[in-house]
Amino acid sequence: MNETLLTKSPAVTTASPVASEAPIRAQVSNLNFWYGKFQALHDVTMPIRDNEVTAIIGPSGCGKSTLLRCFNRIHDLYPGVRYEGAIELMPDGLNLVGRAVDPILVRLMVGMVFQKPNPFPKSIYENVASGLYVRGIRNRSEVEGRVETALKQAAIWDEVKDRLKKPAYELSGGQQQRLCIARALAPEPKLLLLDEPTSALDPIATAKIESLIADLAQDVTIVIVTHNMGQAARISDQTAFMHLGKLIEFGDTEQIFTSPTVEQTRDYITGRFG
Amino acid sequence: MSAVTADAAAATRSLVDAKRRQDLIFGVVGIVVLLVVMGLLMTLVADLLIDGMGRISPEFLTSFPSRRAAAAGVLSAWVGTTLVMIVTAAIAVPLGIGAGLYLEEYAAKNVLTDAIEINVSNLAGVPSIIYGLLALGFFVYALDLGQTILVGGLVLSLLILPIVIVATREAVRAIPSGLRESAYGIGANRWQVMWSYILPSARPGILTGAIVGLSRAIGETAPIITIGALTYIAFLPPSPVSANPPWISFEWLNSPFTVMPIQMFNWTSRPQAEFHVNAAATGVLLLAMTLLMNGFAIYLRYRLRRTVRT
Amino acid sequence: MEHTLKSVDAGLGVLSHSVAALGDLAVAQVRAAVDVFVRHDLNDAAKVVRADDALDLQDAEIEKNAVRFIALFQPMADDLRRPIAAMKIAMQLERCGDLAKNIGKRVGRMNAAAPAAKSASIAELGAMAADRLMSVVSAYRADDAQGAYSVWLKDTELDERHDEVLREIVAGMVADPATVEDSTHLLFIAKNLERIGDHATNIAELVYYQITGADLTERPKL
Repeated sequence: MNETLLTKSPAVTTASPVASEAPIRAQVSNLNFWYGKFQALHDVTMPIRDNEVTAIIGPSGCGKSTLLRCFNRIHDLYPGVRYEGAIELMPDGLNLVGRAVDPILVRLMVGMVFQKPNPFPKSIYENVASGLYVRGIRNRSEVEGRVETALKQAAIWDEVKDRLKKPAYELSGGQQQRLCIARALAPEPKLLLLDEPTSALDPIATAKIESLIADLAQDVTIVIVTHNMGQAARISDQTAFMHLGKLIEFGDTEQIFTSPTVEQTRDYITGRFG
Repeated sequence: MSAVTADAAAATRSLVDAKRRQDLIFGVVGIVVLLVVMGLLMTLVADLLIDGMGRISPEFLTSFPSRRAAAAGVLSAWVGTTLVMIVTAAIAVPLGIGAGLYLEEYAAKNVLTDAIEINVSNLAGVPSIIYGLLALGFFVYALDLGQTILVGGLVLSLLILPIVIVATREAVRAIPSGLRESAYGIGANRWQVMWSYILPSARPGILTGAIVGLSRAIGETAPIITIGALTYIAFLPPSPVSANPPWISFEWLNSPFTVMPIQMFNWTSRPQAEFHVNAAATGVLLLAMTLLMNGFAIYLRYRLRRTVRT
Repeated sequence: MEHTLKSVDAGLGVLSHSVAALGDLAVAQVRAAVDVFVRHDLNDAAKVVRADDALDLQDAEIEKNAVRFIALFQPMADDLRRPIAAMKIAMQLERCGDLAKNIGKRVGRMNAAAPAAKSASIAELGAMAADRLMSVVSAYRADDAQGAYSVWLKDTELDERHDEVLREIVAGMVADPATVEDSTHLLFIAKNLERIGDHATNIAELVYYQITGADLTERPKL
C-alpha cells in the first residue's frame, strides 16, 4: 500500500532532490501519544530544521494538531494524556515531552497561535505584553520596545500603532490573528507553532499572514498545521504528511508536491483520498 | 400542468396559514399567562405599597420598636439586617469564590471532586431551617458564640455559600477554552492564568452570583429565628468606630440583634391593625433594599461587561 | 485511484484522448507520406499536405485544454505533469505532422519516382520511424512507462539506418550527377524521417516523465 512509486518504474532516475542541510532545531523521535486508551500518534520521527517552515498536512483526524500540541505540552491541561518518546529541543537536547520536564517551562520557550483568533479581553498593547509580564519583565521601556518589535514582525504595527490602548476586540478577524502572532512572538520563543492559523479568515487576510510567515522564518523556526495544501505548498520548506496518527512521508516541500514517493501521499495531494 | 402547480401552491399556502395560526394562538396564550402572573404580582405589591407607604417616615426609620404602634420603628431591625448582611458578605463571598475557583481550576478531576460538585449543588436546595438548626447546635451551643450578629452572619453565609460556589464555577466554565489555552500558551502558570485572565473574565458572572446570594439571604427568616434572634430589641449593637484607640471595634459582632423579616413577623402576629401597617411598611423597605441590591448587580454587570466583553 | 472530484478525471481523460488521437493522426500522416513517396502519386501527395491542417488545429486545442485544466484545478504531483506533458507531446506530434507534410511537398517537386533500391531504403526508414511513433503513442495511451523506455532505448537503430541510407544516396549522386536534384530531395526526405524518429524519442522521455516524475538522461548518441 505504501510502496514507493519509483520502484514501479524501470531504468534510470535522476538524483534525488537535494535535502535541506539546515541544522536541526527540534528532533521528534519515536513519539507516541495517548488520549486515555486511544493512541493518537504512532512512532513519529521527524526533524524540525532551524529557521525553516515545516508544514504538517493530512486528512481530518490524522493527528496533525495532536502532534503540534505535543510541542508545547498544551495537552497537559486535560486529564488522561500520556507521552512516550521524545521531542528534543536543540542545542541542549531538552526533551519537551519528558515527564520530568515542567510544561510551564516548555511553554516559556515555545509559542502557539490557535485556529480561532483569541486575543485576551484587554488592550492591544496588553495583549502583546502579556507574555512578557508573565515572565516578570516589567521594565516599561523594554516592554514597549519588544511589543513594537513583535507587532512589526507580525506585519500589523502600522495598523495599530496609534491605538495601542484600544481593546483588541475592535480589530478585524485577520488583524486579531496577527495580534495573536505578535503576542506569541514577543517573548522570543525558540519555536513558533501555528495551528491552522488562517482557516477562519478570508483570502486577503490569509494572504497577509502567509506573507508574514515567509519573512518570519528568518527569525524563528515555524511549524504549521494546515488543511490547505496550497498553503503548505506556498509557504513551507519541508512538509510532513500524516494519516491515522502515523507519519507517512516527510521531505522537502518541492519534492512532496511534485513527485511524492509514497502512493498515499500522492493520492492525498491530488484529491484521490476517500 | 398549471392545475397541478396551482394545487401545489394552494397546499403550500394553507400550510403557511396553519402555521401562522399556530403562532398566533401561542402568542395570545403567552400574553394571557404573562398578564395573569404580572397582574397578581402587581396586585400584591400595590397592596403592600398602599398599606405601608404612608407609614414610612424619618421617625419610623429612627425609632425602636414599642408597644404603641404609632411610636414603633424599624431602627434596630434595619441596622440589624445591614450588619448581618455585612458579615454574611464578608464570609460567604471570599470563601465561596475561593472554593469555586479551587474546585474549577486547581482540583484534579476525579470521583471525589465530582461528589463534591453534586453535594454543593444539593446543598443549595436544603431547607433553610436546617441551616438554622445546624447553626444553633454548632455555633450557638457547641462553640458557645451566643445568639449574636456573628452567628447570624455565619448561618446565612452557610446558606448562600453553595449559590456563590456554583455561580463562580459556572462563570469560570463559561469562559471559552480558547482563552485558557492561550493564557497557558504564553507560559503563564496556574496562579497567573487564574488571577490575570480567568478571574477578570469571570468577574461579571461571579459578582452576579454573589449578589443573587445576598438577595436571598436578606429575606431569610427561618434560620435567624432558629438561632434566636430577638424580636424585641430596643437598643443598637455597639458602634464599630470608637473615639479611643484602636479606633475600630468588633464588639458589635457579639451583640444580640434582630432583622427586618423577624420584625415584620412579630408585627403581623399582633391583633392591632396599626401594627399590620407597620409590617407592611417594613415590607416596603425590605422590597426596596432587595430591588436596590439587584439593581446594583445589573449595573455592575453592565459596567464590567463593557470592559471584558468575552 | 479516481479523484474525489469527478471533473478532474474527466478533464484528464479529455486531454489524454486528444493527445492519443493526435498521435494516431501523426502516425497515419507519416505512413501516408511514405506511401505517397513510394507510389509517386502527386494527387495523394497534395492531400497529405492539406491534411496537416487538422493536426495543427488539434495541437492548438490540446494546448488550450491543458492551460484551462491547470488554471481551474491547480493540479499537483502527477496531475500537474499530465497537462504539461500533454502540451509538450502535442507539440512534438505536430512537428512530426509538419515533417510528413514536408515529405509530401517534396514528392510533388521531384521530377520522377525514385529508383527502386533507394525507394525501398526510404520506405524501410519510413516504416521504422512510423513504427517508433506508433509504439510511443501506444505507450502513452496505455500509461506504460516500460514501453516508453523501450522506445527510448532503440533510438540508435533508426539513426544508424539513416546514416546508411545517406551514404547510399550520396554514392548515387556521385555516380550519376544528373540525379542530383532528385537525390537532394531524397536526402531531405530521409532526414525528415530520422527527425521523426528523434521526436518519437522525445515523446518517450515525456511519457516516462509524466508517469514517474523522473527524467531519462544520457540519450544514446552515435
